[in-house]
Amino acid sequence: MNPWLHGALYGVVLLAVLMTIVAWATWFERKFAGRMQSRMGPTIVGWAGLLQPISDAFKLLQKEDIVPARADKTLFNLAPPLTLFFALAVAAVVPFSPGLLASDMDVGVLYILALSGLTVFPIWTAGWASNNKYALLGGMRAVAQGISYEIPLLMAAAVPIVLAGTMSLGGIVEFQVQHGWLIWWPPGPGLFAFIIFLLAALAEGNRIPFDIPEAESELVSGPSTEYTGIKFGLFYLGEYVHTMISGAVMSALFFGGWDGPFAPGLHWMVFKTLFFFVVLLWMRWSLVRYRPDQLMAICWKYLVPASLVVLLWAAVTVVGGPA
Amino acid sequence: MVDVWAPALVFMALSLAMGVGMVVGARILAVRSKVDLPTRTVTYESGEVARGSAWIRFHPRYYVVALVFVLFDVEAVFLLPWTLNVRGLGWFAIAEMVVFLGILLLGWVYALRKGALTWQ
Repeated sequence: MNPWLHGALYGVVLLAVLMTIVAWATWFERKFAGRMQSRMGPTIVGWAGLLQPISDAFKLLQKEDIVPARADKTLFNLAPPLTLFFALAVAAVVPFSPGLLASDMDVGVLYILALSGLTVFPIWTAGWASNNKYALLGGMRAVAQGISYEIPLLMAAAVPIVLAGTMSLGGIVEFQVQHGWLIWWPPGPGLFAFIIFLLAALAEGNRIPFDIPEAESELVSGPSTEYTGIKFGLFYLGEYVHTMISGAVMSALFFGGWDGPFAPGLHWMVFKTLFFFVVLLWMRWSLVRYRPDQLMAICWKYLVPASLVVLLWAAVTVVGGPA
Repeated sequence: MVDVWAPALVFMALSLAMGVGMVVGARILAVRSKVDLPTRTVTYESGEVARGSAWIRFHPRYYVVALVFVLFDVEAVFLLPWTLNVRGLGWFAIAEMVVFLGILLLGWVYALRKGALTWQ
């Protein structure tokens, strides 16, 4: 098929499916959180609150759009769509079953790392443009945290590249179909790389326990303090999409992607993605927030040297070991 | 080349259109208040009247973190091509990377001893 047409058709279908899943993921999170805290969660709109996401979307779209008088208006309006853009664009290289992806580029992992590195810019832009001290503090924290955890994320993502010998996500999954999932085989580096990747992905997505940029107990709502309506919603939509895609990337890099018995590959990929999404939710509602200094210490004093060691371990395994 | 990058470009354009579309859609659907009170667009800082601008100089600890980040990020330029070729190049490539990372770790230890990685 014509590559432009393929991108357009596949893009429209994937984005529609992704946004639908993400919309109901917010419903699921609220139900899940409710149950964990002995509440009911949403119950009023539709059966068991199932129509809540639609109601929320229209509520956000109808809210009055307020731009603070002292804000930098251009940057202020630019930040929310960019947040969603950087989160969504990563999905272009995630393979859902053999050949089912927008673009099987040979630098897929690099593309993901580049885009997830850029996610700090819209958050910082929002924090700076708001001209609000809470927003500025949140924005600065987001940048400090985002660029710090970029290093372990990069090192951990380099481990599957070393083990599989390719940067294409499709190629990495193909390798796992033939040789076993990278989390187990070769034993050792894959597992540790996954743990580091999980922690770094949590921090990159500003999720609890690493959500200090928008710590609502001290910073009101961080960079999104001054936003109203759908612009406010776009930050959270971006966060959910980021979490969902992180789950998909984790399953492709370490858990064999579409590989699995009995069911077609697509089912396994979707199942694994949603599984990791639920794990991340579970962590969010179980753990408490770290202090900024603890967060930076975890990254720079432990994760960075640990990720370098794991990377060298992986290289030694590839050259001299069982793989 | 086009086969791989054209779909990615179209996908990026669609992703951007998604966010922009929502903001534009909200512009049509959103309500507007008829009275234009000046307090509506005042900076919100927990109900207190905001004092001064937020566009001020801030703490240099952020600058130190950014500096150490650049050190490690430039290293990635050398590291990522190495990850693809280590299988073919064998022990020589690993020894080379151990030397390179050793020099980098010296810098890391220096930053650690200087307290640059401690958030004060």
